[in-house]
Amino acid sequence: MTTLRVNGQTLQTDASPDTPLLWVLRDHLGMTGTKFGCGKALCGACTVHVDGAATRSCVTLLSTVAGKDIRTIEGLSKDRSHPVQRAWVELDVPQCGYCQSGQIMSATALLRRNPTPTDAEIDSAMAGNICRCGTYPRIRAAIHLAAELIKTGAEA
Amino acid sequence: MKGRPSAPAADPASPMDRRRFLKASALAGGGLVIGITLTGCGRPADRAAVRGAGGQPNAWLRIGGDESITIVIDKSEMGQGVYTSLPTLIAEELDLPLSAVRVEFAPAGKDYVNRLLGTQVTGGSTSVREAWTKLRTAAAQARAMLLGAAAEQWKVDVGTLKLVDGAVTGADGQSATFGQLAEAAARREPPADARPKDRAAYTLIGTSQPRLDTPSKVDGSAVYGIDIKLPGMKYAALAQSPTLGGKVRSVDASAAERLPGVVKVLTVRGGVAVVADHYWQARVARDALKITWDAGPNAGLNNARILAGLKGAAGTPQSARDDGDVAAALRAGKRRVTASYELPLLAHATMEPMNCTADAKPDGCDVYVGTQIQLVAQATVASALGLQPEQVRIHTQMLGGGFGRRLEVDFIPAAAEASKAVGAPVQVIWSREDDMTHDAYRPPAYDVATAAFDTNDALSAMHLKLTSPSITARMFPSAVEQGVDPFAVEAAANYLYDVPNVSVDYLRHEIGVDVGYWRSVSHSLNCFVVESFMDELAHIAGKDPLEFRRALLEKQPRAKRVLEEAASLAGWGKPPPGHFQGIAVMEGYGSYLAQVAEVSVVDGRMKIHKIACAADCGQMVNPKIVESQITGGIVYGLSAALWGEVTLEDGKVRQNNFDNYRVLRLNDAPEIQVRLVASTDPPGGIGEPSTAVVAPAVANALFAASGRRVRVLPFAAQRGLV
Repeated sequence: MTTLRVNGQTLQTDASPDTPLLWVLRDHLGMTGTKFGCGKALCGACTVHVDGAATRSCVTLLSTVAGKDIRTIEGLSKDRSHPVQRAWVELDVPQCGYCQSGQIMSATALLRRNPTPTDAEIDSAMAGNICRCGTYPRIRAAIHLAAELIKTGAEA
Repeated sequence: MKGRPSAPAADPASPMDRRRFLKASALAGGGLVIGITLTGCGRPADRAAVRGAGGQPNAWLRIGGDESITIVIDKSEMGQGVYTSLPTLIAEELDLPLSAVRVEFAPAGKDYVNRLLGTQVTGGSTSVREAWTKLRTAAAQARAMLLGAAAEQWKVDVGTLKLVDGAVTGADGQSATFGQLAEAAARREPPADARPKDRAAYTLIGTSQPRLDTPSKVDGSAVYGIDIKLPGMKYAALAQSPTLGGKVRSVDASAAERLPGVVKVLTVRGGVAVVADHYWQARVARDALKITWDAGPNAGLNNARILAGLKGAAGTPQSARDDGDVAAALRAGKRRVTASYELPLLAHATMEPMNCTADAKPDGCDVYVGTQIQLVAQATVASALGLQPEQVRIHTQMLGGGFGRRLEVDFIPAAAEASKAVGAPVQVIWSREDDMTHDAYRPPAYDVATAAFDTNDALSAMHLKLTSPSITARMFPSAVEQGVDPFAVEAAANYLYDVPNVSVDYLRHEIGVDVGYWRSVSHSLNCFVVESFMDELAHIAGKDPLEFRRALLEKQPRAKRVLEEAASLAGWGKPPPGHFQGIAVMEGYGSYLAQVAEVSVVDGRMKIHKIACAADCGQMVNPKIVESQITGGIVYGLSAALWGEVTLEDGKVRQNNFDNYRVLRLNDAPEIQVRLVASTDPPGGIGEPSTAVVAPAVANALFAASGRRVRVLPFAAQRGLV
């Protein structure tokens, strides 16, 4: 058994320690908001936070995250009130939506360490997240909007 | 287009459509169901079959006694916005706020057949076009029935009543909710003369309503096929032949079967399935299988052979268009120009890899899947399990991208076979590598364009010879007419320019591997050829590429208009210093689009700065979604134009993940500007066409910048260019 801290809850899993965190979350713990895209940290669909840092869960083995603080899209807010989620809703960012959990988790990690990113900083932080629907222009705009919301007092 | 007709396409506004058999009935527990029986046109047997199937297989709208209002959508949501745009059509007629409706995906059923394509299918940029008259008319009938029920109850004239926020209100303050009226409304005869609102009365159509699927897509709660979890469900990984078209010769599963969690190893359609308690266990065990494959007929197949085959294809081309006398005009021309173009195989690479969940029981099978083609999925599972189609229940889920990939059903039956074998629900998940190496790829093409200028220097002849394999011959053979796959000659057979002699020939040449419908289908091939070639001709004629086109589009006002709008949006002729522009225009799916690309070339390397697109797609339901589709289509088309190429070696696909099949990322994305031209024409399709226009716009800008004419895609095939 491995003990995990996910979204503030302490959970136990009997998954083998060499199982990628992605599949522990999705299959063993039933948290399917985190998506499988490539299995090789190439597309970002599986992005979660581990101790606050954007992390590709598809290549992160369970054994390496025991005891660390893991946050998934389900734990970002209870009611879509996180400023990044609000900005995403305001601009209707998603199309098929499959990559968006990963996009949002990458964007929230960016804004936490850099509350007012430039376009170039957004490019660099978000380059690891592929969107095949091509929502990039709205993602960029939504990150700027979320930064505004944070500046005006919304809780990040 | 993606998915074509085994039945002839119907005109959505045909008289038969207006006589459509509308069925309304009481909902169990009190309520109104509006159904549309599309098979009711003079074919009573079909109607009887629908009734006999029980329940409400043809429901489109349910108004419950509990005040719930459910809109059933027959199209799959794959990002293109049908989850919002189709309910908008119904809500408009019922004067309902969009936020008041629940949306449900339709089951597989004949009454959900897409009348433009002949089967239940989401593709061909048809969703709004096909629904436009059908759904608004059905909702107008529901409206009349609700009003009629209230008028009868209150003994007032229908004309004094109004619909307000899900209720009928009367002039004297009477009010009843749709739910309260539903049962009485259901007893009324659907009126034959109910007409949808006039344009002037629209409050929702043409406005950018928020998407109904956005909330669930920002908190992780949206359910895609891969997110389905059923009690007792097992997971499976599939080993497929590394050589396309190969077969299993023998399997040694002894090592795999000893691994933790493994439930069963079995040979299924498409390969060998390893079923385990958890997905990762199945993946690990799959890699422990020792399989001997029979490589089959594609052993030794590679790209050089495919290209040589296309170039040397023998056989008589079939005519897709023949205006005037092209041969004579080419002979008589003062100047003759010819150019050839090569287009690669492409993968779809949806973000959600292929997957399917099946729960096979003795009396039937439930299938949970993101599919664009429900009836075919149903028939495929029925055939795999020896069931009747109606014993297979398709539960369509959100699609993590479609782009035509989910018109294929190759990823579906294995789950059903595995579920039957282990007696539990099974979810089969393809890895990204499985997905990319076992796609139905966009067809490659080798195309030759020939034109002549006459003695007055006017363009007098245009001949296009298009050689490519046929998708439709495999998927919907009856739609291939006299040797011409209509989905191989798009953006060519409808050549827009006013040239007196035009011929378009299609030569079908199969390459041994399956090709599939890929966003914008043959528009993505032929628009590159036609619009690159028109640009070459403009330069040869010594004319501005915009002016050269404009002069030949006098009889195509919508095309001319978007060309001018795109030029104005982009500031044609006035790019920033060091930047150069290229333009392209196309009609596709009943929509007109033009794009101007702005690029620079420094030390031989091209940078794309901006794409400006103007579009006239007729009446829009939701302009914001239209704009998203155009922007997204450009991004999808740019990925392909810049880097997209699937190559084969010894019958195996070499690209297997996003490291060697590069796609556009946020940091690669140029600025994209979109101008939507207001139009009162009927809706055109907008999910696909922008994808096709961007490659020639960029190629033409590259020529302007560098004098370098690229006739082979992707641009990355030119060393050092991108």
